[in-house]
Amino acid sequence: MTTSRPAFSKLVKDIRAKKFVLTGELEPEKVTDLEEVLESARAMKPYVVAANVTDNPLAYAYMNSLVPSWKVQEEVGLETVYQMTIRDRNRLAIVSDVLAAQYLGIKNILTLSGDHTVLGDNKGAKSVYDLDSAQFTYLLHKMIDEGVDVAGNEIHGKIEINVGIAGNPNADPLMPEVLKIGRKTKLGADFIQTQTMFDIEKTKTFLKEVDKYNCPVLIGVFPLKGYGIADFFDKYIPGVSVPPELMAAMKKAKEEPDKARRKEKYDEVNLEYFGPFIKEIKQTTHAAGIHVMAVLYERIFEPLLEQL
Amino acid sequence: MIITKQKPMEKIMEMIEPFPKLFIVGCGICSTSCMTGGEDQVIEMAEKLGDRVLGYKVVEDPCDIRIDKRDLREYKEQIKDADAILVMSCGVGVQTVGDYANKVVIPTNDTLFIGETERLGKFHDRCMACGECILDETGGVCPITRCAKGLLNGPCGGQVNGKCEVGDYEEECAWVQIYDRLKEQGRLELFTKFRPPRDYSTKVLKVHHYFEK
Repeated sequence: MTTSRPAFSKLVKDIRAKKFVLTGELEPEKVTDLEEVLESARAMKPYVVAANVTDNPLAYAYMNSLVPSWKVQEEVGLETVYQMTIRDRNRLAIVSDVLAAQYLGIKNILTLSGDHTVLGDNKGAKSVYDLDSAQFTYLLHKMIDEGVDVAGNEIHGKIEINVGIAGNPNADPLMPEVLKIGRKTKLGADFIQTQTMFDIEKTKTFLKEVDKYNCPVLIGVFPLKGYGIADFFDKYIPGVSVPPELMAAMKKAKEEPDKARRKEKYDEVNLEYFGPFIKEIKQTTHAAGIHVMAVLYERIFEPLLEQL
Repeated sequence: MIITKQKPMEKIMEMIEPFPKLFIVGCGICSTSCMTGGEDQVIEMAEKLGDRVLGYKVVEDPCDIRIDKRDLREYKEQIKDADAILVMSCGVGVQTVGDYANKVVIPTNDTLFIGETERLGKFHDRCMACGECILDETGGVCPITRCAKGLLNGPCGGQVNGKCEVGDYEEECAWVQIYDRLKEQGRLELFTKFRPPRDYSTKVLKVHHYFEK
């Protein structure tokens, strides 16, 4: 922590109380109802302190993330991390959404650049990028800590929201990423959530490099529900590749003809890979917790946590 | 240099369809270098269009209205008789010729960017004329132009092995290039400098510029 900002959210309170925290992930898609998201939220609630709600991931135009972020808190009683990209919002839209988020009781915002529109499902769209993620973090600092927007206009009322930033330990070269994170922590970040990690050594190197910034880090993991998602992830998620041995194990599990047995095999592969991975992070690093991106794979939480 | 690319001939034919008589203006500078509006291309276009063309001229600098006046003076009659002027230059040349002649102007080219020339026909997008140059801080690499997101404070999460998520990881990540240059120059403190949000109003509010001598 580099700011003296209070802990507004349960997530940041738990982090500051030195609890090893878990966060989950919810992904509203191109839908007009939230039943699936609420069901996922209910399923992960016993295991996580908060759940991120994704904001047009991979530049796919989905339901906005604010409404589900609010609805999950209201209906399920699970705190959310409202993800916001600057790909789709200029500084006016950000201020508007943050004011609305405060009204709706949102306690965490994760600031993101967002995957470029050319990767998405409306490739011809114009990306906004009025601000970058550092400037977005700065804008939130102005709003939360000084009660003004970036132009200095006064906000009537208080914003009591904690700010998360993203980090990518997979980045190669790593130093530009580390220095960028350093700058953002100085601008007012309360926690870091990372991109999905499969490589324990890269994870440890990253944690060591950002340790000097004194900002709590939640390491991202992505349990793979099935071979299809593993393959998609490996091919299409910027900056992420699934290790060949894990892909091979997933492929082997896929060959099981019996559906129920196949599910069990997928679970076994995931537990075998991520159990020791998370355990090692918890036992040997200063990481504040794990961000488990088990979208629609909530059944993995319980056996995974049993291993810790 | 302003980099241009000629539109497909079918598109040009479609645009000129309503205008039976044409005059062609080329560009002696950038579009000559891009081979989109030099002497050879103008003659080729005139030959393709045949009798419809009342005349042609490669203006030394069609984006300068004084040069249009000077170079097109002797073609006054042909221009007057033409239904439209086909301008083989960048968008600035097209507009300036339009201002000069007060005629329908038709662009043969698409204007792509302000670019660096590696060799004839090989150009690199380098400047977006943002009006607030910071190349001194970024090792001579423009993040506004060369970062797909125009970020001012370092790379995004889409950087993989120094390449950019936009375009299947074929292009360099501008911020990794900036990092490398600044490191080599022993000026890494500039990499961590925070650049606040830009003021986009200046570009919108000021379209006409009058410089003091």
